[in-house]
Formats: sequence, structure tokens, C-alpha cells
Amino acid sequence: MNATETKSERLDGWNRPPVIAPDGEGELLEVAMGPHHPSTHGVFRMDLALDGERVVRLKPVFGYLHRNHEKIAEQASYLASMPYTDRLDYICSLTNNWAYALAVEKLAGQEVPERVQYIRVILGELTRIQNHASSIGFLLQEMGASGTPLMYAFKEREKILDLFESLTGSRMMCNYMRFGGCRVDVSATWLDAARKVVAGLPQFVDEFETLLSSNEILMARCQGVGILRPELAVNAGVTGPMLRASGVDYDIRKVDRYGIYDRFKFRVPLGDHGDVYDRYMVRILEIRESIRIVEQALNDIPAGPIMDPKARIRGFRPKPGEAYGRIEAPKGELGFYLISDGGPNPYRYRVRPPSLINLTVLEDMCLGSNVADVVLIFGSVDIVLGEVDR
Amino acid sequence: MKSAEEIKAAIEAAVPGAGVEFVPNPGPAAEHSLRLAPASAVAVATFLRDDADLAFDFLSNVSGVDWPDREIAEKVKVARTVTKTVDGVEQSVEETVEETRKRVEPGCLEAVYHLYSVAKKHGPLVIRMKTANRIDQVELPSLTPVWRAAEFQEREVFDLYGIIFTGHPDLRRLLMWEGFKDHPMRKDYVEPDDYEYEPTPHDHVLKRAQERRAAEAALGTEGLRGCGTNKRETVNYEL
Repeated sequence: MNATETKSERLDGWNRPPVIAPDGEGELLEVAMGPHHPSTHGVFRMDLALDGERVVRLKPVFGYLHRNHEKIAEQASYLASMPYTDRLDYICSLTNNWAYALAVEKLAGQEVPERVQYIRVILGELTRIQNHASSIGFLLQEMGASGTPLMYAFKEREKILDLFESLTGSRMMCNYMRFGGCRVDVSATWLDAARKVVAGLPQFVDEFETLLSSNEILMARCQGVGILRPELAVNAGVTGPMLRASGVDYDIRKVDRYGIYDRFKFRVPLGDHGDVYDRYMVRILEIRESIRIVEQALNDIPAGPIMDPKARIRGFRPKPGEAYGRIEAPKGELGFYLISDGGPNPYRYRVRPPSLINLTVLEDMCLGSNVADVVLIFGSVDIVLGEVDR
Repeated sequence: MKSAEEIKAAIEAAVPGAGVEFVPNPGPAAEHSLRLAPASAVAVATFLRDDADLAFDFLSNVSGVDWPDREIAEKVKVARTVTKTVDGVEQSVEETVEETRKRVEPGCLEAVYHLYSVAKKHGPLVIRMKTANRIDQVELPSLTPVWRAAEFQEREVFDLYGIIFTGHPDLRRLLMWEGFKDHPMRKDYVEPDDYEYEPTPHDHVLKRAQERRAAEAALGTEGLRGCGTNKRETVNYEL
């Protein structure tokens, strides 16, 4: 990476004065897009400056859903924050649970039983599949493909959510992981039901791809739009499918090998161009890889306890110290930074939200493109406002 | 990856007078950290990013931490000369007495950065910086020119903790609204009596207002916050 080049370019990018394009006459049009725009996935605002159809400035505005999750967590016991992590990225509550449990286990030096590791992988990858499917559905919805692709995705997501419901009692707010284990055991019946759902998934992806991947309109709208260069992506802390679509081989499942990810065979899909189409394609390919992982995990899952016998539910007080635990959540690197002072509450509880940090490069991707493409580029970042604003 | 001590040695060799301090982590995670001196932080960060061996090109996480002033009670043994009457004669006798002394350890605000390397696939390296105090000397150098990943995260730390990052290109509040006057993640932040104005406070709002009044009267100050410049602007009821 040429460090000086990226640095100077970044400095140019900041606090741009209002630009009048050489060909344009007259003033810039300033548009507040959101917070109640249908494409903003909730309450997110972009302050755009437009020269005709062309975007010359974009400032994201956050905080409409801010409830100071971190402060609330610092006033509650460690376990009491577990249900609240569901509300961060409410599409993927199980991976949020996992990241938090992982960070606390690291902080307290706890072990996790073998069976729980498998359960976590199965649930985490099912979460990834349904997140990617629905995020592609939303992307297509924003492109104007009203309803159909989204309903295809939701049909499959429904089956996975039914699995979550029968195991945890809730479709989206699962509150399932515990420090050193998980809340209830999976039954043989549940595993059979999961195998049945997973067996149907490859057909769904094939169908989805036949419908979309070589669709003329999708290619015309997505290819070459919202290009993100790998140097900028790494420097700006972009993670997850966004980073890999730019061609950077960085998957925390492979790098950190947390849990038991070193036991499974899977590949990390990478993009070539870093445009919206690559992000779409990387998500499709990740669904396929996740299906492979779930199949392997469902085959190998051993019998055993679901809670570490040394784990304490009541009176849980980790020794003073700090820890940063992170996982590859469907949207990127989800991390929890915890400081313990020996008390029952965390002294410091910090969420590293992938959705927020991936938006750092939103302006860079959108400059010079049309307003209609902003919606598309924003959709390809795949964010959930519950996590952005916390 | 090199250990934190080795990285400290590498920094000191490359950046003369860097003033890096090793901060051990007593917990089981044992992720030790390095505390940078604010004056040389940008030079050290640039070295960490650009050095071929270390190559910490990816800044993952920026968090603020608040350490309020702490009152520490210590037992100290003090030698004293006491006049005593022994056998009818006044004598000066040396005695060792245990005394409890209280001292106030001044607080600070801290910014903690977690670095990884995408190129070398190693990490994390934890670096941290602390401010001189919590009231008026709250400036730290911004690392956004080195890692752009800090852009929004430093804005968030500024918003919620009140650390002013000098050199940040666009330091505005991120989550709280424009015109908000306080830093809610600080440990001594006092909630407003109510978030919406009502002409007559009642029930829990009234109770909270009375408690705040009593606490303010006990302290003899107006406004509970230790941070002089940041009086809150939300509703405070006059009772």
C-alpha cells in the first residue's frame, strides 16, 4: 500500500468547499435524505449536496436511534446485558450474543464445552445465511425490484427463524448464549429439522442466482457503481463482505480461528472490483460457504454438557483486567471491549459496531455518482440502525 | 507477533524520545498495552502502520474510558515524638503510630485503540493515551490522519466523553444532537430531571428534582458535574 498517496487523498476529501462543476451553472442543491426515507433501513440521514443529478458532498447524520446502550450496560450485571445485545443488530441477534459471550469468556478466562462450540457455529452460520439473503433482498427492493426477490429471501429466512424460535423461544430476540455455554440444549428432533432446512438451502441459492446474478438490469445498475479501493477499505476499518468484495483476504473466522472454525473446510470468497455487484456476489458465495460449514457441523456435533461446570451464573465477578473479543459477524467485525474492576458490572463496555464503521467510506463511494445510485451503494453496505446508533 | 515489550523497544529505536510506557493487563486475557505520550503519538502511530514487520494497517476499535478522581485511604506508619511521664520524669519518647491518610488520585480520560494487521494477519496491539485531567486539559492528538477508521469513532469519543482530538478534520458530535452540552458516558454524568418539559413536575420527575436539589445544596455548588464548561441544558425544574 502506498501510504502517503492514500493519506493525501484522504485529506483532500475532508471539509470540501461547495464545488461547482465546470459544466454546471448555478448553485448546489442541498437535500436531506432521510431520516424517514424508505431506503434508509430505519432512521438514518444523509445530507447531500447535488450538482444536477451528481453528488458532490455527502455527510451522514447519526443518532436518531441512540439510547446509550454502553451506559446502560455499565449499570447492569454482565449477564443482564445479554438480552440487550439482541437489540444491536436485530437481524442477527445470535451472532451478537456470541460476540459478547466470547468477550466475557476471554475476560474471565472461561472454557466452553465442545458441544456448545458446535451449536454456536451452526446458529452463527444460519444467522449469516438469513442475514445475507435478506440484505440482498433489501438491496434489490431499493433497486426497484419491488417485492419479488425480497419475498424469495424472506421465504427462506422464515424457515431459519422457525428453527431459532423452536430452540430459543424467539424469532429475533434470541438471548441464547451464556458465558461458558448456552441456555438450552438442542434436541435430536431439532437437529433433524435443521438438516432438512439446510438440505433445501442450495436449491434456494441456485434459484435466487438464476433469478438475479445475470439479470441485465441488476448488472447495469450494480457493475462499476460505488467502487471501493482495497487500500482505502483497510485504512478506513471496513470489514466483512464489504472488505472482501474489494479483494482483501481478511476473514476473522480464518485469522483468529475463534471457537472451532479451524475444523471446518470453507473458502473465503473475494471480489475483484469492489463495486456493488461484487458485494452482492460475495454475499451469495458466502451463503454457499456457510451452508457447507453448517452441514459439516451438523454431521460432527458431539454429545456433552452445554454449560462449563465451572461457570458461575450468580455472583459472576471477573478479575480486574480487560479484554477485546471479536467475531466475524454477518456485517463485519463485531467486537466487545470490556474492562472489569472486579465488580459485578463491567467498568467499561464498548461495542465495536461494524455497521457504523463501514459507513466511514460512504461519502468516498458516492461522490460523483447519481442520486439513484446513492440508494444502491448505501444498500450494499448492509447496515442496521440499531447497531449504528446503539 | 512480537510481544508488547518487543514492540515498545522497536518504537523506542525508531522514534527517539517516544516515551512509551508498558501497561500490564492483570486479567486472564493478558492483552498488555502501550501508553503513548500525546506529543509523539502521531509519529509512533505512523511508524506502527508503516513498519514492514509490524504493519498495523488496520485500526479496529477506538474506545474512551473515564477514570474519575479517586479518594484512596492508605494506612501509613508515622514516627512521632511524644512527651510522656515515665517514673515521674518527663521524657520524649519515639513512637510509631499508624495513621489513615486520604489522598485524591487525580482522574483522567483515556482513549484506547486496538490495532490489527491485515497484511500480516496478526494482532491485537492495544495502545492508549490519557489526558492530563478531566476538566480543562482534555486534548489528545487525533490518529485519524493515520487510520481513517478513527474518523467516526473519535467523534463518538468526543461526543460521549469529551476528549478533544486535535487534528481531527471534522470533530462534531456523532450521536447526541447539536447543542447538547454534556458528555453522557462520563461516570459522574447526572441525568436531567426530565427529558421533556412539563409545566408541573410530578411523581418520579418531582422526586428526582428534589434529590438533585438536595445533593446540590449539600455540595454547595450549582450543577453536580465536575466538568466546569459543561453544564447541562436539558430541563431542570425550579421547585
